[in-house]
Amino acid sequence: MADALAAPSAPLARPRALSWRALRFWCFRWSRTWRSTLAGNVVYPLVYLAAIGIGLGHLVNHHLAADHGAGTIGGVSYLAFVTPGILAASMMQIAVHEATYPVMGAIRWDYAYLGQLASPLRIGDIVFGHLGFIGVRALFASSFFLAVAAAFGALSSPEAIVGVPIAIVVALAFGAPVAAFAVTRDNDSAFSSIQRLGVVPLFLFSGCFFPIGELPEVLRVLAVCTPLYQGVVLERACSLGTLGAPENLAHGAYLLVMATGGFLVARRTYQHRLAR
Amino acid sequence: MSLLSDTVVHARQLTKRFGDFTAVGGIDFSISRGEFFGFLGPNGAGKTSTMRMVACMSPRSDGELLVRGMDPAHHGPEIRSGIGLVPQEDALDTELTVLDNLLLYGRYFGLPRKVVRERAHALLAFAQLEDRAGAKVDALSGGMRRRLVIARALISRPELVILDEPTTGLDPQARHLVWERLYQLKQQGVTLILTTHYMDEAEQLCDRLVVMDRGQIAAEGAPRALIAKYSSREVLELRLEAADRPRALGVLREHAERVEELTDRLCCYGDDGDRLLELVQHAGVRPQGVLVRRGSLEDVFLRLTGRSLVD
Repeated sequence: MADALAAPSAPLARPRALSWRALRFWCFRWSRTWRSTLAGNVVYPLVYLAAIGIGLGHLVNHHLAADHGAGTIGGVSYLAFVTPGILAASMMQIAVHEATYPVMGAIRWDYAYLGQLASPLRIGDIVFGHLGFIGVRALFASSFFLAVAAAFGALSSPEAIVGVPIAIVVALAFGAPVAAFAVTRDNDSAFSSIQRLGVVPLFLFSGCFFPIGELPEVLRVLAVCTPLYQGVVLERACSLGTLGAPENLAHGAYLLVMATGGFLVARRTYQHRLAR
Repeated sequence: MSLLSDTVVHARQLTKRFGDFTAVGGIDFSISRGEFFGFLGPNGAGKTSTMRMVACMSPRSDGELLVRGMDPAHHGPEIRSGIGLVPQEDALDTELTVLDNLLLYGRYFGLPRKVVRERAHALLAFAQLEDRAGAKVDALSGGMRRRLVIARALISRPELVILDEPTTGLDPQARHLVWERLYQLKQQGVTLILTTHYMDEAEQLCDRLVVMDRGQIAAEGAPRALIAKYSSREVLELRLEAADRPRALGVLREHAERVEELTDRLCCYGDDGDRLLELVQHAGVRPQGVLVRRGSLEDVFLRLTGRSLVD
């Protein structure tokens, strides 16, 4: 034991490896605690899919058929319409949740960031690790969701598989800026406002459940500007097999700018908060 | 260079400012390899800010700082890979087991899984937690948690261990076990830095220490040397009737090195406490309470940093 403690310290690996170590931390931790995340990440989206996509969808299709002679929205069933919307919305929810309470927890409750700061990791690695983990969560949740949606026959194109990487981008577009904000807070009181004033209105009015063309002009313009709308449009394009449309580039760019910008801002706010 | 290679921490005019507030106001100190070095001081004296700069977790505002021979501004990750930090908070993951906490932490240092596992088991033995390996951290007592935090800080086999109030809130048995382990580390050649509010702890453990007050170093030296310089070999504490005070003070001012008047008692510093007591009694004073004790670091601390509360 004596020499075990007094031996020289470990050599430093390549700097790039440091970022992966931070990500590995969150993944390892999740591997021990994933059961508690099942309800929010897996069950709820499927409940929405069943209740709204199938239950309400039946009614909607029926009405559309009675009014317009065809039981479809833009040529697809309500289930096919709403499935990508629910996918994009649940990515937002997972990301916002993961970028708020666990960020506060890592500062104040379990001090995970403190442990990381005392290790060789740098601020950029700490940010990369936590945001990367949001991406990992999105990867698992979207894959599972799409697999079930396929089994329900809610996807009409093999391009739907591209919905997985897009789901990761959607999650990061929300997670990065929200984490950048969350780390500046002294307590969690602002987080419920993010839910009430951000997540819930976006969830309802970004075209997840009905075409935004149904909204009055002002709300429609507002909806088009929201980040979730970009995600919904892209996910819908994937599941319908129309991803090649040129306007999708703009939607993708919007999300990438949010994710990258959020990461850069987060590096600054993390630095300010953790390494004063 | 030969001088520096034996110096683990070297600070000159080290300064930390937060906006207009100066937490550490240009302090000088150096810590040699294998030394057990203490930082004492009241709350807000700048101890934790100094610790954070030495641990390369917070950038300095001014001055020079070399840790393990490197500048934290440019070599943070390299320096930290050889530092073990025991923070004030039990910064443990309560959702994970004792063993997982060690495994997870070791992986930050890029250690292979197998190596981390071997070390984790050795450290659990060192911390007397072997039979708790599979327990959730939630179920541990305060003393066990502290030992686990210390064990975790050692997973990278650091040459420098920084302990920020490691025994605050522990019962005497738990404190003594922690001291024993820290002493063991010192014997193995590890350099240790300690901040504490417990003067007996600093006196027992530290080879050398500084007393900080309002961002400055008020005194530096070995515990016994500091006691000799700022206190005295013995201290006589007297509780007296109000009417007896003037007479006692007259005698004591003549014979003691220094007399401190407190509301409830007199503290008289000198080489021989019993002799001072005899003199007082000889003058016809009948004390209500008497204590003769050795001069301690606490006397030094109170003399240098004052008796008023710092909140």
